[in-house]
Amino acid sequence: MVEYESAATGLLPLPDWAKEELSELKGHQKQDLITGTANDDVEDAYDRARADVLATQTEAGLDLVTEGQLRWDDMLSHVLSVNDNVDTRGIVRYYDNNNFYREPVVTGALEPTGDVARDLERAADTTDGTLCGVLPGPYSLAELATDEFYGEDRFLEALATYLAGEATECPDLDTLFLLEPSLAVHDTEEPVRVREAIDTVADAVDASVLVHTYWETIPENVYGHLLDAAIEGVGYDLVTSRVGSTSLADEYGTPESVVLGVVNGQNTILEDATDVRRDIDEFVDRAGATLERVYAAPNTELFYLPTNRCEAKLETLARAVDSVEVSA
Amino acid sequence: MTSLRDQFRPADHPNDHFLLTTIVGAYPKPKWHDRAREMYENPDADFGDSEWQEAKNDAARLVTGEHERAGIDVVTDGEMRRNEMVEYFADRIEGYEFNGLVKVWGHNYFNKPSVRTEVEYDDTWLVEEYEFTSSVADRPVKVPITGPYTLAKWCFNEVYEDDATLAFEVAELVNDEIQKLVDAGARYIQIDEAALATTPDDYAIVEECLERIVSDLPDDVYVGLHVCYGDYSRIYPEMLEFPVDEFDLELVNGNYEQLDVFKDPAFTKNIGFGVVDAHRSEVESVEEIKANIKRGLEVVPPEQLTISPDCGVKLLPRAAAYQKMANMVEAAREVEAELDEGIVDVARSSASAD
Repeated sequence: MVEYESAATGLLPLPDWAKEELSELKGHQKQDLITGTANDDVEDAYDRARADVLATQTEAGLDLVTEGQLRWDDMLSHVLSVNDNVDTRGIVRYYDNNNFYREPVVTGALEPTGDVARDLERAADTTDGTLCGVLPGPYSLAELATDEFYGEDRFLEALATYLAGEATECPDLDTLFLLEPSLAVHDTEEPVRVREAIDTVADAVDASVLVHTYWETIPENVYGHLLDAAIEGVGYDLVTSRVGSTSLADEYGTPESVVLGVVNGQNTILEDATDVRRDIDEFVDRAGATLERVYAAPNTELFYLPTNRCEAKLETLARAVDSVEVSA
Repeated sequence: MTSLRDQFRPADHPNDHFLLTTIVGAYPKPKWHDRAREMYENPDADFGDSEWQEAKNDAARLVTGEHERAGIDVVTDGEMRRNEMVEYFADRIEGYEFNGLVKVWGHNYFNKPSVRTEVEYDDTWLVEEYEFTSSVADRPVKVPITGPYTLAKWCFNEVYEDDATLAFEVAELVNDEIQKLVDAGARYIQIDEAALATTPDDYAIVEECLERIVSDLPDDVYVGLHVCYGDYSRIYPEMLEFPVDEFDLELVNGNYEQLDVFKDPAFTKNIGFGVVDAHRSEVESVEEIKANIKRGLEVVPPEQLTISPDCGVKLLPRAAAYQKMANMVEAAREVEAELDEGIVDVARSSASAD
């Protein structure tokens, strides 16, 4: 029988009070963003904001909660921004969005910083919920970053090793999301190398690793390699790419676990829990017998939304999963 | 040859040549005006509608006068009544609503509206602003208005099948508003389509929107389109087909690196040529600006050249913004005089149809 869990994919919007407080404390310019060191007032504001978003997720009824990645000023490339051997330069566009991040340029050997582990530890102190970890996938990180140190034939592997190091420092987790939008939106010519990079991160931890993709359908050749990777699950964007994602599952099957992006992280329109449940059921029906667990989630990060809509969508996810469990 | 632009030529213009000077976007708000808004938005402050109205009128009068003192030919009120280029309009269009701030980058946020029901025209958006500004201005007044593509693209579209459909619907409303502005006397309309720079592949949608916007406008209405911070090669020369009289372009910021784009094929419309940087507080000298203006003459002849700042100067210190405007006008007048004397090479002869 298939098990169902509701989960957020991370990068939640800051609570409105924290948007105001932190912009006053930190400023608005490039040099004011997170660098890995911050003063006590900033850290204190983030601690309170983190406790807020953890409570929000728990109150919404989510089965898996994240620490929110509230400090990730540069979105997925945050893990590089905090490294001493990375220069953050001009503001560049974040995928096909009206959002921007500082271009991270790797200028020296990357050693793990423990930055992500530290936020997870702080989160664990403030929640009784089941905490899952969030990291960028190595391929997306390579696509977002610029390399001036490793060389093209080593960069992806170096990032994978770096991410594995960050993951190893994290407290024990049941679940780790690797966010890999680039796998869907950029057609990699080296799927074997990408799979090996993902394996490097996955092999470093005991947690169940879920590689989540969004904005488009994963190309077929990449999908085949993902099914062979040492991970527990793959994520699909059913908001933007329902037909393509369902076809993949129908034709090639799925891993044991799937993350289904079933509420729109980039539009304030509120989904109906019944419709969300129908989308989940339809996918499960097509996926075949190997499927054991479904994580119902937003398709993308949620920071694109105002906080009230983010909260409403988390509640919808929880209700949709509860209704599946009741009827199963 | 009389052109549409000649209606904006001052009666006492000192030179035969006329390089129309104007401004773009928002001007720095006086600090007291920001304080007035804060008090108006604070329910505990003793500062109501009439006080806020007075503050807006005072600021509009002040900045319009500042533009005139700088010698600008076609002025605005510096958008003293507006808060943000999308929010101001979304607040006035039936169908839009606000749910809260969303991140753009770092700790820079935007009150991104949602379209929750079909968009409808309700009350006028800018007629009051135009009527007040023209009542206090001695010069012609330009009306900047955010374009439908930007109003569609920079919101959460909950209703329409796609952003293009929403943009076309909003374009009809923009047309309604411009008709009212024209009835009130406005003759210089500038459509601001900031979103086109970020999604240049959608230029055909913008063109379709513009067709709707200019539909049934009188022949003497001069329409400009402002586009900033983009890779112009991705929309040129296709943009020459847009039904507008002038393109206002941000060019100093990129050190005119994109200028060659506009040389082949020839630029057939008027160009609003950015000659002062909106993001550098150091004031350009008259000489420097004259050199910038002459870069414009590489692309169009003087009768197609409008002189403006790159973009809204609202982030600059007010004194620097004023000095940039004043230097810009002085430079334009000096280049006109040199053109009159025949001591400036004009690379381009007229390719304009108007």
